Amino acid sequence: MALKASELKVGDTYTERVVEDLKRTQIVQYAGTSGDYNPLHTDEIFTTKVAGYPSVFAHGMLTMGMTGKMLTNYVGDGRLTKYGVRFTSQVWPGDTLDATATVEAIRKEGKQSFVDLVVTTVNQNGVEVLKGSATARVD
Amino acid sequence: MTVKRFPIEASHIMMFARSVGDDNQIYYDADYAKKTEPGTIIAPPTFVQASAQFDPDYFLRPKIGQPWFGSGKEPTGIKRQAGGGGGGGGGGLHAEQHYEYHRQVKVGDVLTATVKPGKTWEKEGKRSGKLVFSESITEYRDQKGELVVTARGVGVRTERVVEQK
Repeated sequence: MALKASELKVGDTYTERVVEDLKRTQIVQYAGTSGDYNPLHTDEIFTTKVAGYPSVFAHGMLTMGMTGKMLTNYVGDGRLTKYGVRFTSQVWPGDTLDATATVEAIRKEGKQSFVDLVVTTVNQNGVEVLKGSATARVD
Repeated sequence: MTVKRFPIEASHIMMFARSVGDDNQIYYDADYAKKTEPGTIIAPPTFVQASAQFDPDYFLRPKIGQPWFGSGKEPTGIKRQAGGGGGGGGGGLHAEQHYEYHRQVKVGDVLTATVKPGKTWEKEGKRSGKLVFSESITEYRDQKGELVVTARGVGVRTERVVEQK
């Protein structure tokens, strides 16, 4: 399952559709498991009338979590050593997200090989909602 | 936020993985997990964020007998309690999150989380006026005191609601 340094090259990409037509219920699910019950994510009345947004929106960490699924599917279980992101645009109910990892470098530290990845997630309009990087141990 | 005891439990991992839409068997099937490289149920990469569940004072969880700023039938007019960086709230949003994994988080671990404030800085934003960023560093350590995950979160408070394009 794990990637092999000898089979990777700079510029390789891996893409997964991590959610299609994001449901409000999934945002509620994430609030429940993460413990972040900010009403901005689940309470339409608060979010539209008090906070002034057009509707509830996803936790940034839900987008990061869904993007993380693409990463672990690509690099294998227990292989990530670093994963960091910036949230560049909000994610709304109904959004469809595609997450992509692009190989930036393949390098060695001692005997261990690593792959450095650029990570981006875009919505159905091609707008980037998350940008970041990750590093994983490879064989 | 300081969490004295964050027990890593199988059912919590199963539910967390479901909530991010991840059906990888390693997050819920102990027999399957035994045969994988980690050899046990591990936590998904962003799971430590759920340590908020074990913070008795976490400001984005309604607490018994205390006012809550979310709506009932109508808005309550209650202002949200001030809270630290990281996740959003009121006029605050989560801007960045970074993790460094020193080893995998596994079922059976009992972690602690210690938070240190980091830098703060300001920027003029096109869509939301003045932006005030604040950083916090969280160290997750195991039962032996060994560092397991280092997390760096950046929260941003905006002058006004982010304009939609």
